[in-house]
Amino acid sequence: MLRAEGVSRMYMRKTGQANHFYAVKGASLALVPGQVAVLTGRSGSGKTTLLHMLSGLLTPTEGHVWLDDADLYALDDKALSRLRNGRIAVVPQGRSAIDTLTALENVMLPSLLYGGAGDRAAALACMAALGVEHLANARPAELSGGELRRVAIARALSQSPDVLLADEPTGDLDDENTALALSVLQSAAKRQGRAVLLVSHDTEAVRYADRVYRMDGGTLSEGQ
Amino acid sequence: MKMRQLPLKNLLGRPGRTAALVLLTAFLALSVFGGSVVVRSLRSGLDSLQARLGADIIVLPASAESKVSFKDLLLQGTAGAFYMDASALDRVREVEGVEIAAPQTFLASLKADCCAVKVQVIGIDPDVDFTVKPWIDRSYSQGLDDMAVAVGCRVTADVGESLKIYDRYTHVVAKLAETGTGLDTAVYCNMDTMKALLAAAEEKGVSHKITSDDSDLISAVYVKVKDGYDVGLVNNRLNGHVRKATAVKARSMFTDVSDSLTGISRTVTLLIGAIWTLAFIILVIAFAMMAAERRREFAVLRLVGVSRRGLCGLILTESALCSLAGGALGVALAALAVFPFTTLIETRLGLPYLAPSIGAALLLAAGTLLLTLLVGALASAWAAWRLSRTDPGTTLREGT
Ligand SMILES: Nc1ncnc2c1ncn2[C@@H]1O[C@H](COP(=O)(O)OP(=O)(O)OP(=O)(O)O)[C@@H](O)[C@H]1O
Ligand SMILES: [Mg+2]
Repeated sequence: MLRAEGVSRMYMRKTGQANHFYAVKGASLALVPGQVAVLTGRSGSGKTTLLHMLSGLLTPTEGHVWLDDADLYALDDKALSRLRNGRIAVVPQGRSAIDTLTALENVMLPSLLYGGAGDRAAALACMAALGVEHLANARPAELSGGELRRVAIARALSQSPDVLLADEPTGDLDDENTALALSVLQSAAKRQGRAVLLVSHDTEAVRYADRVYRMDGGTLSEGQ
Repeated sequence: MKMRQLPLKNLLGRPGRTAALVLLTAFLALSVFGGSVVVRSLRSGLDSLQARLGADIIVLPASAESKVSFKDLLLQGTAGAFYMDASALDRVREVEGVEIAAPQTFLASLKADCCAVKVQVIGIDPDVDFTVKPWIDRSYSQGLDDMAVAVGCRVTADVGESLKIYDRYTHVVAKLAETGTGLDTAVYCNMDTMKALLAAAEEKGVSHKITSDDSDLISAVYVKVKDGYDVGLVNNRLNGHVRKATAVKARSMFTDVSDSLTGISRTVTLLIGAIWTLAFIILVIAFAMMAAERRREFAVLRLVGVSRRGLCGLILTESALCSLAGGALGVALAALAVFPFTTLIETRLGLPYLAPSIGAALLLAAGTLLLTLLVGALASAWAAWRLSRTDPGTTLREGT
């Protein structure tokens, strides 16, 4: 289980009289295995900032993030990196493919680290689940935004993570693919018992949610 | 695919950028390898010349041109024709402080059938010679019999062949090791052979006589000074005692060559230094730009679990691959530019030039590669360090 306790992130930026502001302030939440949590909120409200802090990619100014017994930001870089590789998968906002690798190699990438041999079959299965297996040998430059998005989701799924965090995973997708991606992510929670967090503006996403959080000017609250 | 292949894939996946980095390092390697080979060759050319000379003092005929012509003979192998009476040798030996005095006689061949150019025939006295003899001994230890000759490495006649000089057949018994000096085109024989050749030249109408009588002729006397005697002092004594001859200290004979060599080395070193400073700055900028352009790519690698160290390793591996490829290319280009043109460089510079042996050249090449590797690593280290310090989350937010 992933827990955040009073995490904040402050940035130095002139706002009004103060020269700093909080992108996220004192957020606490728990992501439970087998459940889908959806985080909504207006643009600039701090959703991405929170998601990065939850995934061990951004050091909070205050607060802690726990994965089971491990305090993520108390770990050294090596241990945290390993943990990100094995247990926390992230679908970041925007493009996230390595341009010099094929789509399939991108999906396999996490399984190649730390001496892994790479699981081609599993990677292809994840791509198939999102309807992009026919693009396995294509280069990222040859893919559309929506296709890249689905490749990124496939990469996250292929990590078989305990926690899966997706930042607007359906942003570039049409209705049909949105439904496909959301149901795949939901079944990752329901069938494989992963803890899933989706950041989404999409009202459609809320229909898949077990819990809904809302971010408002850096403050997190539960419920729509 | 293996993780190990990622750096190579990255390089091959962006051929333009990789080619630019490789060419830049190739340029570095070319300058340092080519430059040091040339400088080294000049150095060892001069060293070899001085070793070949091996004497403390050279006594030459007192004519105005004999010293210049002696130097040209050693440096460029041009023929010298200056003589003095053999009695000068006895006079030299009378001087206090002279340990050994070894005569040499020079004779320029006509266009011999062996060679496209005239060769210089040098007669030595094997019993007392201490400069050329040890060198000949290294290739041939039986001594020079009558009509036997040892040839410099650039004379196109091989051991066992015969060489026709003024219609006399001599046979080649030894081919000497390269010196990079004018001596490489010379032919060595003993004094009796030389006498016969001088007589043969006479028959052909090439006269070397300096007096009407038939006294023996010598061109130079190589003097070794006894331990404990001052070379300058002995030199002065020789000048006073031996008539119609000039004694020259061997050390002062090539000071001008040595000086110009030091000048050349300094210029080359400065040039290489300037090239490296410039190229290093360009490399640092190139890596910094590359790092900026690839920030997102690197953040994604961190996202899927690559550690800071892993990321630095990846960047350094890419730079090392570029350096190795560029270094090898540069060394190869330099080798192609320098080694085949050894003779051209030598004649152009008019200086002794002794190219390094294969072993030494390989060592230089290895050193060059190591240096380019180091520079590449240094240039990318800063970029790698900066990249690995920022939170990937911060980078991932940019430009989305
Ligand atoms: N490195 C930074 N320096 C200064 N301000 C930052 C930095 N990163 C984020 N912010 C600010 O923090 C706030 C929250 O940003 P964040 O990216 O988390 O928003 P978001 O909710 O994900 O928005 P969107 O829905 O548009 O993606 C924004 O006002 C942003 O400008
Ligand atoms: Mg966002």
